[in-house]
Amino acid sequence: MATKLRTFDVKAQPGFGTVAMICFFMLYLPIAILVIYAFNAGENIAIWEGLSLRWFVSAWHNDTVQEAAFRSLFLATVASTIATVVAAMAAIATTRTPPYRGLTFKYAMINQPLMVPEIVTAVSLLIVFSRFKVWTGYNGLGYMVLAHTAFCIPFAYLPIRARLENMDLTLERAAADLYATPWQAFRRVTLPLLVPGIIAGFMLAFVISLDDVVITEFVKSGGQETLPTYMLGQLRRTVTPEINAIATVFLALSVLLVTLFYLVNRKKT
Amino acid sequence: MASAASAIDARGVSKVFKGAGQDEVRALDNVSVAIRENEFFTLLGPSGCGKTTLLRLIAGFDFPTEGEILLHGENIALLPPYKRPVNTVFQNYALFPHMTVGQNIAFGLEMLGKPRDEINARVTEMLKLVRMEDLRDRRTSQISGGQQQRVALARALAPRPKVLLLDEPLSALDYKLRKDMQIELKRLQHDTGITFIFVTHDQEEALTMSDRIAVMSKGKILQVGAPHDIYVRPADRFVANFIGETNFLVGRIASEKAGKAKVELAAGGTLSADAPDRGAPRGSEVTIVVRPENATLVPSGKGDIAGVVENVVYFGTDTHVHLKLADGSQFIVRQQNATLASDDYKPGQKAGIAVAPGTPRILKD
Repeated sequence: MATKLRTFDVKAQPGFGTVAMICFFMLYLPIAILVIYAFNAGENIAIWEGLSLRWFVSAWHNDTVQEAAFRSLFLATVASTIATVVAAMAAIATTRTPPYRGLTFKYAMINQPLMVPEIVTAVSLLIVFSRFKVWTGYNGLGYMVLAHTAFCIPFAYLPIRARLENMDLTLERAAADLYATPWQAFRRVTLPLLVPGIIAGFMLAFVISLDDVVITEFVKSGGQETLPTYMLGQLRRTVTPEINAIATVFLALSVLLVTLFYLVNRKKT
Repeated sequence: MASAASAIDARGVSKVFKGAGQDEVRALDNVSVAIRENEFFTLLGPSGCGKTTLLRLIAGFDFPTEGEILLHGENIALLPPYKRPVNTVFQNYALFPHMTVGQNIAFGLEMLGKPRDEINARVTEMLKLVRMEDLRDRRTSQISGGQQQRVALARALAPRPKVLLLDEPLSALDYKLRKDMQIELKRLQHDTGITFIFVTHDQEEALTMSDRIAVMSKGKILQVGAPHDIYVRPADRFVANFIGETNFLVGRIASEKAGKAKVELAAGGTLSADAPDRGAPRGSEVTIVVRPENATLVPSGKGDIAGVVENVVYFGTDTHVHLKLADGSQFIVRQQNATLASDDYKPGQKAGIAVAPGTPRILKD
């Protein structure tokens, strides 16, 4: 038996396995319970009465749920599309430039929504938008789109910037050498190579928008429930496994997107 | 008023890079060189000598701080790269990974707005030229390093550039492939009739491929000439040292007659060589160079210089004998094994060194 000497391996520390198991348990047990009870036949989210899909069916036929789900998807699609376009432009502007004073400050500004507590953003938007609502009389989804776009930008920005930074700059130089104008070089070389980063950024932004509660709760007008705020509202009343069913579908969708994000990112590296 | 025969004419070109803080790096220092049409021209020098900087200035990836660069008489120093009829083969090839071999080769022609038929015909022609006809639809990631090299060449040659720039393109290949590509490059240059400017730090590569070589060091061109000229008549110590192996001997001019100077060596003995152009006052100190292959070992007491064998290194085709001379300097004799038995000389043994007449050179220092 070969014994490794003096190489530190955290896995060899006593109790490592146990701690790891407890962590995973604490993380995934509640989710597992939630998913299991989504298939409960009974009316209660804590008493198991047999296997059934009735709550999925019930959620599917619930007009309020449907409406909120569509609103959520619409919002996520529009906000993450705009966010991705803005983020891509920001990423190109901050990577395809010689370093200058203030560049780090710009990184910080772009990533600011990641740093500032969400509740602060939420309250400030509430105040600003309520003024706008009074002045303009407009109460539509536009405010939500704006708010979601704003906090989605850094999530779209990070993978796009990472991709740009890892790109071989001689490729753009080669394009210029072969008579491509800066725009043609961007269009024919940089952009196609950037696509995986753009897709990754979009999907990340999409997921973030889809399950936002705090900012949405503060910014939404009456009748603008998204799926997460609808669920939050339901929890204040009688709770049925319908909530579990909706959460389970949500979870499946998120896992699917994150998996795609992972696969897209891995394929090209 | 450029001479029509020059493909590239660099005039007083300097490039200063602003480093971090206050330091400035003078990568090129008042460089002037004329590169002829249809020439295989090599910029040779150690890393950091400015050869790649000069290439980048010709390609348009950087702009000179001072001076002009003429392409067939027209100053292109400040044109962006996409407006210069000059193409580059990059050190890492820089093939577009999202395109096929054929699409890579077609890229430059597409950017020039050539018609589809013409592009297709030219791509076929280029694939044939680099012997890659079968791989037109392959992804560039699916072909070997040597094949990528050929695609990079075909891509750069397809738009019929006036000048082709090659930035150490063979450095990533293994020895055998590099030898093949050297011959291949020479053939391509001959077949296409395009001016090649080749950058390398490998003196052997430079000697075998070039029509003319410019040896560079510390941002300056030290000598320009045909490989034979540079090897036989190195201008200074750096060139002599960088190209091939050389013995440096210190001595004083003893006499000068009819262009021939007799030099009394510090290590004892005398050698005669062509007198320097600037003349050689008696008694002035000079450095004289002798190539190892121009010296032979003779029994002790004979020959031009005396030495003691320190080391015998066997190289297959030839043997290098390292000797120590009376003034403490080192001298290497390279002798073909056909003319030297392996145990003729042993460390510690005294020997004479005979230098072939006419081969020693006095450096202009």
